[in-house]
Amino acid sequence: MSTETKLPFDKEYVNSFSKEMGEPAWMTELRVNALDQAESLPMPRPDKTNITKWNFTKFEKHIVASDDYASLNDLPEDVRNLVNLESADQNLYIQRNNRPAYISLSKEVMDKGGVFTDIFTAARDHGELLQKYYMKDGVKVDENKLTALHAALVNGGVFLYVPKNVEITEPIQAVFIHDDKETNLFNHVLVVAEDNSAVTYVENYVSTVDEAEGIFNIVTEVIANANAKVVYGAVDTLAIGTTVYVNRRGVAGRDARIEWALGLMNDGNTVSDNLTNLVGDGSYGDIKTVVVGRGKQTQNFTTTVVHFGKNSEGYILKHGVMKEAATSIFNGIGKIEHGASKSNAEQESRVLMLSEKARGDANPILLIDEDDVTAGHAASVGRVDPLQLYYLMSRGVSQQEAERLVIHGFLAPVVNALPIEGVKKQLTAVIERKVR
Amino acid sequence: MASTLTIKDLHVAIEGKEILKGVNLEIKGGEIHAIMGPNGTGKSTLSSAIMGHPKYEVTQGSVTLDGKDVLEMEVDERARAGLFLAMQYPSEISGVTNADFLRSAINSRREEGEEISLMKFIRKMDSKMEYLEMDLNMAQRYLNEGFSGGEKKRNEILQMMMIEPKFAILDEIDSGLDIDALKVVSKGINEMRGEEFGCLIITHYQRLLNYITPDHVHVMMQGRVVKSGGPELAQRLEAEGYDWIKQELGIEDETVGQEA
Repeated sequence: MSTETKLPFDKEYVNSFSKEMGEPAWMTELRVNALDQAESLPMPRPDKTNITKWNFTKFEKHIVASDDYASLNDLPEDVRNLVNLESADQNLYIQRNNRPAYISLSKEVMDKGGVFTDIFTAARDHGELLQKYYMKDGVKVDENKLTALHAALVNGGVFLYVPKNVEITEPIQAVFIHDDKETNLFNHVLVVAEDNSAVTYVENYVSTVDEAEGIFNIVTEVIANANAKVVYGAVDTLAIGTTVYVNRRGVAGRDARIEWALGLMNDGNTVSDNLTNLVGDGSYGDIKTVVVGRGKQTQNFTTTVVHFGKNSEGYILKHGVMKEAATSIFNGIGKIEHGASKSNAEQESRVLMLSEKARGDANPILLIDEDDVTAGHAASVGRVDPLQLYYLMSRGVSQQEAERLVIHGFLAPVVNALPIEGVKKQLTAVIERKVR
Repeated sequence: MASTLTIKDLHVAIEGKEILKGVNLEIKGGEIHAIMGPNGTGKSTLSSAIMGHPKYEVTQGSVTLDGKDVLEMEVDERARAGLFLAMQYPSEISGVTNADFLRSAINSRREEGEEISLMKFIRKMDSKMEYLEMDLNMAQRYLNEGFSGGEKKRNEILQMMMIEPKFAILDEIDSGLDIDALKVVSKGINEMRGEEFGCLIITHYQRLLNYITPDHVHVMMQGRVVKSGGPELAQRLEAEGYDWIKQELGIEDETVGQEA
């Protein structure tokens, strides 16, 4: 079977787009080569979900025109609740479709030599720094057709760089707004935390259009060098009709920590691939994911932690609620490579089914190539416990309210892990809306 | 005017097997009743059936609260009508704090816009927790999650004191409690005593009744109330056991034939 695909944009286009954006030669070259590879590379194959009929490659527009936001008060209502409208001294990036529409950098980050800017500006102004990390140790261009296509067509994203020994106390926030039905987004987020640094980054993908057929091909790379700590929160709420490939990758160096808190609330078909490589000895990865599936959407959530370093620890916690005719696969993979002695791989997946037609599968997988390790997994797929409902209702709350309490409680471990209060509230509100 | 909870000829089955075989009982506001009896005689079934446990099926008879048909009501409607059941095995609900849940429970009895104010709620909860000698941090812990047996029982009493039902059924509230916890739990129940509050205590130990003097004592055997009396009946049971009742009534096996 041939995997040749006729792509909607050719080498000349990519070449001239890159030049037009003022990108350095290495980036233009990377794009052009990636486009070449995208033609022949195979699609990713998320375990137990067939995506061969999903459209990730045919689309009309690479860039849509959007205006800047003159002030935060011009933001759409849903977004205004997410951000601090009052603060002048904050780290906030807002992207409107493909356009960097607002940026604010705190005095703290500037004084400490941090970089937080849109990916185009990063390529222009911090080209060398970007080149050192961009699609190198995290997600590689040639992993599959979609990573290559992503590399070729990146049309949005953000670069966060935290220098050695710098701790950024205030969270860094990015909001990616989807308000044009013709948008197709190839968004690249690169977070680099140098030795002994610490940072918290939180992002939201927000559709303000009700329904759109756009393609979202998102790659995140988090590089935590020795003894660095990165807390990464995300809430994805892309509209029904969209097709989403979101690949979030972490690389933890010696004694580094990466903590993910992901609220995956898209209404379209989604493949979410979240992989954390614990490369350094004593590195630590903690992944908390919540999902609510509804309507007829099909989703695949694969969470992987690969242990290379000795004494590395990986924890995966996934809670999903499935309603209506939603279908979801939850793959949890803990992989301990030979030599990663004294490592610990733990995972837990819980799926709550709210309807007869919903489908959910939790597949815990442990792949262990080393003797001297500990590992464990727990997985369950079930319905709301009628005895819990009985107990709550026996105090007077209605069945609907009792179900609401149980569902919120079920998702709370991840919701509570989100580091920005506004984002936490928003996720709670999204869950409220989706499970009602 | 004091309320009345009336149980008439109640028959209840679980998974097709009849456990209660015609229970009659009337409890008025201001009264405390105790139901005693050995294991397996249907005491807990009675409490679960009154509250509406999903596994129990009422096959005959009636339960009314001030003339209103309780059996027609959903579980939450029964609670809002004034019934409360302190459960023998309370569920653990992860992610829902004790305080949030209790506030939902209280507000479910109030009209929209008339919800209890947060300050008033906190003050009330703090004072009741202090009364029950509970760690105030338990308000922010998840409902019953990781609670010890004694903590769960205290938490049931706390809920009762917060919700202030017309009738509380306490299903083996004393089992697994040490003497100090038993005293605290009893203190909570006695605090509720009054014309507006009726109570049905289900126990097989007399010792709880050392701290709470019941107005009426009933003995259950074979899925029925076989004997009723005053507090002296409990004392006699403590001293002499149940055999004399069995002899008096010609009962050989007092259970309803449940396994174990």
